[in-house]
Amino acid sequence: MAREIALRDALREGMSEEMRRDEDVFLMGEEVAQYNGAYKVSKGMLDEFGEKRVIDTPIAELGFAGIGVGAAMNGLRPIIEFMTWNFAVLAFDQIINNAAKTLSQSNGQFKCPIVFRGPSGSAGQLAQQHSQTFESWMANCPGLKVISIVDPYDAKGLIKSAIRDDDPICFMESEMLYGHMGEVPEEEYLVPIGKARVRREGTDVTLVTYNKMVLVAEEAAKKLEAEGISAEVIDLRTIRPMDHETIINSVKKTNRIIVIDESWPFAGVSAEVAYIVQKHAFDYLDAPVIRINAADTNLPYAPTFVEEYLPNPDKVIKAVKEVMYVNR
Amino acid sequence: MGKVADKNKTKASKPKYSKELYLQWYEQMLLIRRFEEKALMMYGQQKIRGFCHVYIGQEAITAGMETALTKDDCIVTAYRQHGTALGRGVTPKEAMAELFGKETGIVGGKGGSMHFFSKENNYFGGNGIVGAQIPIGAGIGFAEKYRGTKNLCVTMFGDGAARQGALHEAFNMAMTWKLPVLFICENNGYAMGTSVERTSNVIDLHRMGDGYGMPNEPVDGMQPETVYEAIQKAAKHIRSGKGPYFLEIKTYRYKGHSVSDPAKYRTKDELNDYKDKDPIKVTEKRILDGKMATEADIKKIKDKIKKMVEEAVEFAENSDYPDGSGLYEDNYVQTDYPYLE
Repeated sequence: MAREIALRDALREGMSEEMRRDEDVFLMGEEVAQYNGAYKVSKGMLDEFGEKRVIDTPIAELGFAGIGVGAAMNGLRPIIEFMTWNFAVLAFDQIINNAAKTLSQSNGQFKCPIVFRGPSGSAGQLAQQHSQTFESWMANCPGLKVISIVDPYDAKGLIKSAIRDDDPICFMESEMLYGHMGEVPEEEYLVPIGKARVRREGTDVTLVTYNKMVLVAEEAAKKLEAEGISAEVIDLRTIRPMDHETIINSVKKTNRIIVIDESWPFAGVSAEVAYIVQKHAFDYLDAPVIRINAADTNLPYAPTFVEEYLPNPDKVIKAVKEVMYVNR
Repeated sequence: MGKVADKNKTKASKPKYSKELYLQWYEQMLLIRRFEEKALMMYGQQKIRGFCHVYIGQEAITAGMETALTKDDCIVTAYRQHGTALGRGVTPKEAMAELFGKETGIVGGKGGSMHFFSKENNYFGGNGIVGAQIPIGAGIGFAEKYRGTKNLCVTMFGDGAARQGALHEAFNMAMTWKLPVLFICENNGYAMGTSVERTSNVIDLHRMGDGYGMPNEPVDGMQPETVYEAIQKAAKHIRSGKGPYFLEIKTYRYKGHSVSDPAKYRTKDELNDYKDKDPIKVTEKRILDGKMATEADIKKIKDKIKKMVEEAVEFAENSDYPDGSGLYEDNYVQTDYPYLE
């Protein structure tokens, strides 16, 4: 039986099920326990699991990320919540220099099964420091896996897979969409890491995207349908490792692809998708790959700046018409 | 620097501990000293490459520490770590082969001088980023407490790392949560080429524990006895569930920061002053004066260690480099990870 629940509830269900299943899983972060989570993702978890396993930290991202890494090396399975990935920048030393490298440095002796999670991306008028996406940053680093989701079904299935995975995982959510509703079954399920999801089938153009840009792509696809253009929407769900097969198969069918990516354009996820498409589907392309990113700028405060900065359905539709060589 | 060591200047007093303990300390220190001297020689011959930071002068810390711990306790440290790893039980062969970058090394040629790891010895590694191992050590201790063991994690760092923010974050959480962690600062007086005096208003590093209500004290690191006693006391405190303890062990490295450092930032007199109270020399004298062994016994130990180190070099020489394809192993536990071309 499926029911509609919000993203935050799906994440909580996933974490709680894994904590019931495995004593070694614990949740640590700022405001996760007594405050019930800055965005209420962990609401009620302190009551169920107690203070041994749901742990409020001081504001010390580097320190508690490092404590998580040490605990993971010593046999536990920590979930480390960052209030946002913007604050996780303070902990990058532990994520990049330790979590990602421990297995290699120790020649396979010490694994680091840890999930670093929190929201990534802009969330309204929060200005420069609170609006960044980090999928590209983390996905650049071998040793890490990177997941980025907004769909509640995917969120629950993937957080469970992430907690069970023996590799360190960066898990990106969305501050704006914690209330985003979706169908989630009552019964237990997992979503595999490394598999994209075709959210909408289409024949004329492929829209590849992830996180809250999925909603932008879907809205654009709906509007395009009214104009007689059939767009296929692919949600990457996992950024690293990226599911090349789903993207390539779609391009072979549609011959046109647009990447909608909230991260900055330089050396980002969109650049990676464009590379693999030209490498593996060059002969199938009827138009250049186009990407729609956040602007190559900082994001200032005023609403006009936000509007200008972010991808939106109109920008997507314009790009689709460009690759289809139509002027409607 | 050196005030604590001066106060405890060696006297020809009656030995406090058993013959076995003195001989164990002596052998341990001598092994590290000879191993490191050989490593420097091999570096000169370009058999060892990359960075290479040796432990010469600091051997009493490892010797004293290991006799005060159990093998179930954990240790994590920084990159001046050959001696610490040998003390834990990594063999000279595994260590030398690693320095040579050979597949028989303790981490198969993947770590080199800075990154030995040994899970079977609860050795959580040599860490190359100054101070990053401090929160990791708190996390290792966190896991021990979580599982309800009596084990502790010794978290070691140098005087340079004591200036990283990571230390303060880890001290605060370890103390708040009463984690079973023994923080040890091996204060050898210099963060690479910068003396402690030049980087802080407070030069008694152990006092940094005060800000967190963490018990702390300075320790003479030039004698295994003093290290042993301080760690026994601290470990007892930690195992009783009272939380972490911080020891600032004052020591001295005879060589530069790494092999490429001529150490021009200090005087010959300062170095010679320390060499006068060399822990190996002093312990040898104590053993002989206390009639715990004869000159002939000492020679036998020296010969044995010399042979061990020579065999380690031979082993390293005769081992193969790892196959380059090993690049694609141990980045992920997942064995079929789809690496990009």
